[in-house]
Amino acid sequence: MSVITAIKLKKRTSRWSELVRRLEHGDVIFRLLTLAAGMLVILAAIGIGFELWQNSARPRAEFGFDFLVGTNWDPVIEDFGALPFLYGTLQTSLFSLLIAVPIGLGIAIFLTELAPDWLLQPVGFVVELLAAVPSVIFGLWGLFVFVPVVVKPFAQFLNGTLGWLPIFEGPVFGPSRLAATLILSIMVLPTLVAISRDVFLAIPPSQREGALGLGATRWEMITQNLIPYGLSGILGAVILALGRAMGETIAVTMVIGNNLDLSASLLHPGYTMASLIANEFTEATTDMYREALILIGFVLFGLTLLVNIIARLLVWRVARRIPTESRA
Amino acid sequence: MFSNKTASALVTIVALALMIVACGTPAAQTAAPVVQTVVVKETAAPVVQTAVVVQTAVPQIVTTTPGPQGPAAGSLAINGAGATFPFPLYSRWFYDYAFVDPSVKFNYQSIGSGGGIAQITAETVDFGASDAILNNDQYSKAPGIQMFPTVAGAVVPAYNLLGDDGKPITAILNLPSAAIADIFLAKITKWNAPVLQQANPEVKLPNKDIVVVHRSDGSGTTYIFTDYLSKISPEWKDKVGNATSVKWPTGLGGKGNEGVSGLVAQNDGAIGYVELAYAVTNKLPYAVPQNKAGKYIDPGKGPEGVQSAMNDFSTDLGDKLAVSIVNAPGEGSYPIAGYTYLLLYMDQQDCLKARKLVTFMNWALTDGTKDATDLQYVPLPDNVKKLVLDKAAKISCQGKPL
Repeated sequence: MSVITAIKLKKRTSRWSELVRRLEHGDVIFRLLTLAAGMLVILAAIGIGFELWQNSARPRAEFGFDFLVGTNWDPVIEDFGALPFLYGTLQTSLFSLLIAVPIGLGIAIFLTELAPDWLLQPVGFVVELLAAVPSVIFGLWGLFVFVPVVVKPFAQFLNGTLGWLPIFEGPVFGPSRLAATLILSIMVLPTLVAISRDVFLAIPPSQREGALGLGATRWEMITQNLIPYGLSGILGAVILALGRAMGETIAVTMVIGNNLDLSASLLHPGYTMASLIANEFTEATTDMYREALILIGFVLFGLTLLVNIIARLLVWRVARRIPTESRA
Repeated sequence: MFSNKTASALVTIVALALMIVACGTPAAQTAAPVVQTVVVKETAAPVVQTAVVVQTAVPQIVTTTPGPQGPAAGSLAINGAGATFPFPLYSRWFYDYAFVDPSVKFNYQSIGSGGGIAQITAETVDFGASDAILNNDQYSKAPGIQMFPTVAGAVVPAYNLLGDDGKPITAILNLPSAAIADIFLAKITKWNAPVLQQANPEVKLPNKDIVVVHRSDGSGTTYIFTDYLSKISPEWKDKVGNATSVKWPTGLGGKGNEGVSGLVAQNDGAIGYVELAYAVTNKLPYAVPQNKAGKYIDPGKGPEGVQSAMNDFSTDLGDKLAVSIVNAPGEGSYPIAGYTYLLLYMDQQDCLKARKLVTFMNWALTDGTKDATDLQYVPLPDNVKKLVLDKAAKISCQGKPL
């Protein structure tokens, strides 16, 4: 073996190790791959927004910002406005959270803090089962079972006792914004429970022990210690649930009654943006009509974005405040 | 403490209980999968195992399969998309046609008439299907397009009404043409309105609010129904108009035939329009609208009522073979009906596909009529059929006759 080959060999290995060192033993490649994956999500979101914007030029030119406050939706004379749908989407999704958040938190707290071991798995399993039920099943079940058996009597009761409140004004039909709200609150429950359960499980036991050691009751420990500690995570769960509620389509379409009603009453039929698109897109034969539906899609996209940004800001505020106030 | 086994048993019980609640009755739960498997087998057969099916079911086909055309079973895919209304019939036709000509495999996506028109205009499918008649705007985008009526269907107002004795009324109610538009305009709001009671002397109509139900999704059914209302009521034409979706003056919207019939079934005093086939198979009581001659023709008794309406307008089909047949003048005509159409280019690019499509249309309008009547669609009367097949014979391929 000559000296030259030995030198060559040494050179080659040093080049190789140099490369490995530069790539930080593959970490650089890994970083690039994950960066690409992250960028893909952003690109997809921007792409969707761009496409929706691009394909809705006609109604934007025709109606401008009046589209957002227009109360008419008439495909025959091609007069389009988004307000009844914006209103319906916001009303049903917010009210559904109003119902689902306390129940969801209750289940999560019960599962992590109070439930006996043998009950943990079955309840957790059933909640996750709910998440796996396709929304069209919720819709058909809602229309044929839930609405006539539960919603209608409940609505009649609300109207009979609290009918003087504008939100429980009659007349009572089965399909209504109340029906949509209740179906939605069942549908967002798994998201809420699964995430907030994990949030509670991640809170170190020392938090609980500390609070109990200081003489707090279990209620005080949960409300003054665990919930503030996990608040940013819980808010995250609420945001996800809100997103699901605003975008839910088929189940809502089946039970909401699909009517342009703009009254405050939860007992009246209503309409959401997602339902409108699901209902009318297949048979929208003229350009203006189709593009108006795409513009509705853009408004829904924008609304979701807006809600997410607001919620994100809220989480940041809360997360910054917690350490000084409640973390032990 | 419970063991793991007990826990999992509990889980199963809870899950089962949930399913039963969700399905309504245990009987429905057990019945459903049986029906499903049958359907799956039927539709899958011609696609996957054409050779086997051909040998067992229609022996004489075996001799024609390796015939002059040559292609192997299911080798030529013809793609179509469009209307949902004729979908049950078309899928039955495509299934049956696989026995007649196993070399062709039809794929049909029932994405709606709007989608069908858009796809045939973009030439992404071999044929489109639509319940709606193309407007001038749409023709100008795809000038060579031709409409071919395949069958017609009737639309009926289904209702749900408990009489004063607490029993549901199931008679075929008479609906005067003056009343039907007023009901959907919310001008008649009680079942015992004089105009309704006078038209139905043998039934005691109760003093109940009318709950109007309509389709919330865009559909050919809505197109036909609003077409009819526009023809009989100037006020409807002025205020609401005619389209696959309209701005309804009143009522609840249900998605699809199942949504409308669900809402009708749940609301005492409800009335909503559905396809005749849907009302008949689900045994919904329905009302019969008065025709232009003042008669009440029950479309559930047979295809004659709708065929008579098609005959009334057979001279108005024109070059594009498209005409609205609502409010037909004939004594025996049922007034709320419409054609559904195949959309094809008169000059085709692929000669083999063109020949196969024309042969299929000839088969569908002759041998296929039995399937149509089985499924409560109305086959074309002879004079209309002749017009359609004559037109189909004129289809060319790259400028030359087939």
